[in-house]
Order: sequence, then C-alpha cells, then structure tokens
Amino acid sequence: MTKELKSTSAGQGCLNVLLRSRESNLVLLIAVMTALTTSLNPRFISPQSLKDLMLNVSIIALLVLGQTVIIVMRQIDLSISSIVGITAFLSGTLFINHPGIPGVVVVLIAILAGLLLGAVNATLIAWGSIPALITTLGTLYIFRGANYAWVHGRQVNAVNVPSSFLTIGTSTFAGIPLLTWIVLSLLAVFAIGLRHYIVGREFYAIGSNPNAAVLAGINVRRRLAIGFLISGAIAGLAGALWLARFGTVDATAAEGIELTVITSTVVGGVAITGGVGTVVGAVLGALLLSVFSSTLVFLRVPSFWQQAFQGAMLLLAIAADAYLAHRHALRLRVKWSRV
Amino acid sequence: MSSTPTIELVDIYKSFGSTRVLEGVSLPLFPGEVHSLMGENGAGKSTLVKIMAGLYLADRGAVRIGGHEVLFRSTAQAQQAGVSVIYQEPTLFRDLSIAENVFMHRQPKTGYGWIDYAEMNRVVSQHLRQLGVSLRPEDPVLGLSIADQQIVEIVKALTFEAKVLIMDEPTAALSLEEVKRLFQVVERLRTKEAAIMFVSHRLEEVFAISQRITVMRDGRVVGSGSIKEWTPEKVIHNMVGRSLEALYPKEKVEPGKVVLRVRNLRRAGVFKEISFEVRQGEIVCLSGLVGAGRSEVARAIFGIDPLDSGEVLIGDTALTNHTPQLAMAAGIGFVPEDRQQQGLVMEMTVMRNVTLTVLRQVQRFGLVSKEKEREIAAQWTQRMRLKGHIEEPASILSGGNQQKVVLAKWLATQPKLLIVDEPTRGVDVGAKSEVHRTLSQLAKEGMAIIMISSELPEVIGTADRVLVMHEGKLTAELARSEATEEAIMFAATGQTGPIRDKKAKPTSNGE
Repeated sequence: MTKELKSTSAGQGCLNVLLRSRESNLVLLIAVMTALTTSLNPRFISPQSLKDLMLNVSIIALLVLGQTVIIVMRQIDLSISSIVGITAFLSGTLFINHPGIPGVVVVLIAILAGLLLGAVNATLIAWGSIPALITTLGTLYIFRGANYAWVHGRQVNAVNVPSSFLTIGTSTFAGIPLLTWIVLSLLAVFAIGLRHYIVGREFYAIGSNPNAAVLAGINVRRRLAIGFLISGAIAGLAGALWLARFGTVDATAAEGIELTVITSTVVGGVAITGGVGTVVGAVLGALLLSVFSSTLVFLRVPSFWQQAFQGAMLLLAIAADAYLAHRHALRLRVKWSRV
Repeated sequence: MSSTPTIELVDIYKSFGSTRVLEGVSLPLFPGEVHSLMGENGAGKSTLVKIMAGLYLADRGAVRIGGHEVLFRSTAQAQQAGVSVIYQEPTLFRDLSIAENVFMHRQPKTGYGWIDYAEMNRVVSQHLRQLGVSLRPEDPVLGLSIADQQIVEIVKALTFEAKVLIMDEPTAALSLEEVKRLFQVVERLRTKEAAIMFVSHRLEEVFAISQRITVMRDGRVVGSGSIKEWTPEKVIHNMVGRSLEALYPKEKVEPGKVVLRVRNLRRAGVFKEISFEVRQGEIVCLSGLVGAGRSEVARAIFGIDPLDSGEVLIGDTALTNHTPQLAMAAGIGFVPEDRQQQGLVMEMTVMRNVTLTVLRQVQRFGLVSKEKEREIAAQWTQRMRLKGHIEEPASILSGGNQQKVVLAKWLATQPKLLIVDEPTRGVDVGAKSEVHRTLSQLAKEGMAIIMISSELPEVIGTADRVLVMHEGKLTAELARSEATEEAIMFAATGQTGPIRDKKAKPTSNGE
C-alpha cells in the first residue's frame, strides 16, 4: 500500500491517489477484518471456510463485472437477478430434456439467452431513450414474472444435473474453486478491456461527460447497447453457474441479488455518477461485503442485522467518497485563489 | 502576409425561422494572423463560429478552405479539414487524464490493439512543453482551472493539426495572468502560420493580439481591415452605430423616496465595490456585457447568492444574509432571465402561475381557494393586457405573453422594488413595447425598478439612470440625458475616456 501511494504521489495526480488508494484501502480493510475475526475464531481461515467464502463471492463478483461497465457509463442494470433466475432454470431444463447434452453447450445457450434478454434492455435504453433505471426496473419484474409463469412451481434438483457439471461448483484447482477461476479469468479480461482498449475508455468517457463524448465522435447509443448486452450475457453465464453451484433452482432463484451486486460495485469505488472506478475495485467491494457477512456469521450476529450492516457500509463508502471529493474541491479552490 | 486565406467565408446567409441572423457575411482568415471578430451580443458572431465548426449549415454562401469550397455537415468533418473551435466553456471528460482527453476515440494503438499510453503521453507532453505549460499528460482534468482546460483543448486542436483555430470568448473566465499565458500560446501558434480567429468583447485584448479586425452588427459586417485602420473609438462606433428604431413609451416621473440602497457589495471573484440606490418611480438599468456581473448583483440583492460583504437596505430595513423569502417579505420582486427554467411552471395554468407567489392570500382553511385564485390572477393579467385565458397552461402562450405572466406573478406580491432580468429576450417587437409600457406605468405608480438588459436601445429608451458594469465593477453611472450607446459601450468595455470621467462616482444621486 505504501508503495502504491508513493508511486502516485510522485505522479502528483490527486485523483489518482484517491482511486488507487481505493483498491489498496479495500485490501487493507479485508485483511484487517479477516485478522480480527480469525483472532476471535481461528476456524475463520480454515480451508473449508475459505473455500465457502470464495464460492459465495464468485457469482456476485461475476455479475459485478457487467454492472461496472454499466455504472461507469452512468447507467444501471437492475434486471440482472431475473436474467440469472431464467437462465439458471433454463440450464436445468436443458439437462432434463436433453440427457447427455454437453455442459459447454448448456453454458453457451445460457449466455445466448442472457444476451437476448440484455438486448431488450439495450434496445429500450439506447434507441428508445428510456432511462435505464426505469427500463431495467420494468424488465426486472417482467423477466421474473415470465420466469414464474414458465417454471410454474417446478424445481430443478441436483439429481437432474450431471455430476460433471456440478463439479464446477465443488472441485478446486490449486486450492481455488473452479468457479472462482472462471470469474478471475473474466476479471482479467474486463480489467484489460476497460483499461487498454479504446472501447473501454469510451465507456468511461460516456459516463464522465455524455455531451463531450458525442462531440468526440463516439457513437454513444451503440456503446450503451454494447454495455447492456455485456451485462445480459454475463448474467446468462452467471445463471448457468448458479445451477452448477447450488444444484437446485426454482422460480425464486437469485431474487434480490441485483442490490447486492450494485452495493458491491459502489462500495468498490465505481461512482454511481459515472466515469470513475475499476473492475478490480468493484470485485474487491464484493469480496469485502462477503467477508463482512461471514464475519457477522462467525461472530454470531443475528442474521437480520447483516442487511443493516451491508446498507451501513454502502452509505459509509459513499460518505467517504463525498468527503474526499469535498476536500479535494476545497484544496483546488485554495489553489486557484492563490493564482 | 500571405494573400490566399486559409479559410474564407463568402456571402453567408443564415436564418432561424423568420429571424435573419447572418446576411451576406464574408470573412477571410489568413495564415499567421490573429483576426478578431467583434460585435454586440446578438450581432451574429456565435452563429458564424458555429457554421465554421460544422454545427450549423449556412442557408446560402460558401466556406472555402485553401481556395476550395467545402461543406461541413458535422464537427468531425470540420476537424478533419483542420478547423478547431475552442469554446468559452471547455467540453472535457473531467474523470480522465489530459492525454486521454486529447486522444479520446482516436487513441494510438500498439500491435495487439492495446492503447499506446506511452505514445499518447509523449505526444501530449511534447505539445504541452512547446506551449510552455507545466501540465503533465497523466494529470486528471478534474481540478484543472478553466485556463488549463482551454490549454487541453488547444493541445487537442494541435494534434488534429488544425490550420484554423477559432476561439470563442476564451478570456471571459480567465484571470489577467492566465490571459497573458494564453496570448503567449496564441502568439506561438501564429508564428507557425496558423490562422486564428479571436472572438472577444475586451477591446484592450483585441488590440493587443490582433492583426486584423472585423466588426459585425445585426448580422452584417460593418467594418473590416488591418489593425492599423482601427482605433478603439472606431470599433465601438461601428459596433453600436445604429439609430433608435423603436419608440420607447416613457413616462416622466419625479423620483420619490429611496427604496433600495446598496453599499460596497462584494462577492469574491464575481463583483466588488457595488454601491447605488434606486428611488420610487425610477427605472435604473444595469448595463454591461454578458459576464460583467449584472445578473449576479441582482441575484445577490434578492438573496439567491450569498454576499461576502456589503449592505442591502430596503427603505430603512437592512437585509443581511437574507433568503429570497425574506427579500420577498421586504418587498422585492425578481423576474429571472430564463422564464422557461426559472420563471414559469409551464404545465400549470396561467392562473396557478400568477398566484404561486401569493399562495397565502388565496388560501381558505389551509386549502387553495379557486375563486380567490381566479380573482387575483384576473386582476393582474388584465392589467398586463394578457392575451389568452387564465385557465390555459402557460406553455401554449407566446413568448411575449409568457413574459407578461411572469410579470403578473411578481406584481401580485405588490413589491416596492421590482428586479427584471432581460425582460424582452426572445420576445417579438410588439410584445416588447408592451413590456416597456408596463414597466414605465409601474414606475409612474411609484414602484422602483431595476432592469438588466443587453440591448442598448432598450436601456437608453427606458432607463432614468444607467449603471454600467465591467468585469464585476461599476464603471459609470449615466443620467438619462447622458446615456448614449457610445458612452455605455465605452464604460462596458472598460475604456477610460472622457465620457467616463464625467461621471465616475458610482454613489452620486443620479439626477
């Protein structure tokens, strides 16, 4: 952490220090929290509980990747939990109706389904110019409602799913669950895409100043559409992985997780006002929330408090951002008044 | 200088609806020259700039680059042709670095399609160094002053290899030091044979930097030539030299008691040393160029923006740290400039709009009484000779009638002092003179009025006294008999001359 700070303070970009330190602060917080809980209950870092922790955070972290792209563009996607629900059940039915179907094919179909549902959002938002908050709130209910109608009280059970597929959620490689490896590799892809490819930087430009983005010649509608397609495809993948992780899927699968995903993303330093934040930070945000709730479990805090703590953490993160931005603005005003 | 212009506008016409904005404007920009474009607000300068930038298409006439006719259908086409425009308010991505801002959407790439940050930073830092600016390409734009943001825009223009650089009032938001640095940058670009157009209101700057001046008035070029042919007096005369076309109904009124007295108003960086008073029956005009701080003074008097120091007295009551609510209670009415945004609720009926300021008077048992509402609304709209029914939504009225509704709304509070900001902007000629007649009538009945206007004929036609502001300070106080367009323009551009010296004390009584 000190290294980080030194290298950037040499660069003197105040904002860079803030941004970089967001990730290092998150790592620090996670480390402190883990150390504290371990000192009270050493079982907290037993291999089994670490594995559980990683499994718990993986699907949220995956969804956080798509949500980061969306929020960086000053948009929001609430519909992801319903897409996960539909595609999870779809994956299960594929295994039931087509015995012997390869897992890869199921995953690809789930991604395709997510892409199609994301296309509904993309069309309404990019070309219908309906605000994302309204559009995805609508599709959140529509997709879930359609899911209820389709599932009609049925349920997919682990016995219906080939065990080879379920190993994604159980087996490990180098001590890390397969599921987590999938998420980590996608994290790398997203981190590089958003930092090192022009399209990634254009997402930031759109969130930072939409009018200037148009003036720079960026096709804003198309970028918005791409974002919601990505978010939908990621949710489709998450649906297939949801089945692999839990084995049982009914109509309520993944209900409400969109809020956890958005909270994680914002706690991870992606500004809800767009233009700022990284996928690494956002995933660390998800990890922090996950560690935090396991901590509460290990410390035997009643479960109804957990949600309240999650909300408190969100507000704390935003308050800290606002405070830092305010201080930064004050410093600038002092600097200018000296000119 | 070279004889073929880098870019040339030939006989450009442009209308918006029935309003002619440009009528046969021709303008050449030569390489290695700074060409200043001057004119009053509304002379058509901005429209001309936007045609060169590719934002508007001319109705008639041609744009030639290097002698060849071109047609800009988008800003991108203009940029590719080598025309870059720097607006007063830079349009940047504040969350991204300087280098990213410069190269957004056209970042240099390495073999794998990765963005070549090293190359980007190298090019930008080279340009920054050449401009003699101590900014670093990795610095975020968030936190840069307006002046530095303009530098970023200039670097962007340079990476487009702009042959033509158009700067639309670039110095309006800059401090003296920053202006100096900008001029050094401009001078360096000029020696590299760039053709530069400089739009500014500040005479001293124009004469310091230009090789050529063109003056526009009412959509036409009224004078153009090398700097040697111009004097500040001649520029001003060209800018305003028109006769009063319209008659302004003006009632003779003996001013009564002092209604408003302000002393040494100061708001850091916006205005300072503002002292004046307004009497019953007087119309006092605050004149000056856009950005001189006129509206800001009015907003501070009404309590919208806080004052850093100074006193505001209504009659004998001092208003300190007051809110608009307190100002209204003390008897001030304020008609803002932008009636669509601030003055009217478009979806509501005329009646509702008029009674918004006096809801307390129209309530009965805590509920709004429709009869009382109708009564008050009818009374004031009739006085304003409003065309249209009071139960129709305000949005369907014409601009002039909307302005009457706004006025009626404030008259319903029966203020002692009425502040009107640009009351006739965007209003047709007929409605204009009705607004003037109403203001004049109100003054006759004993109301004190402060009017802010950018239209000189309006100022001269309606004002009993004219207060002129320049860069946040009062530079002249002119009685009705002394207020000529030349005198006002002189003070508004910060010129020190014989006219200003006649009446330099801003606190004198005016009559």
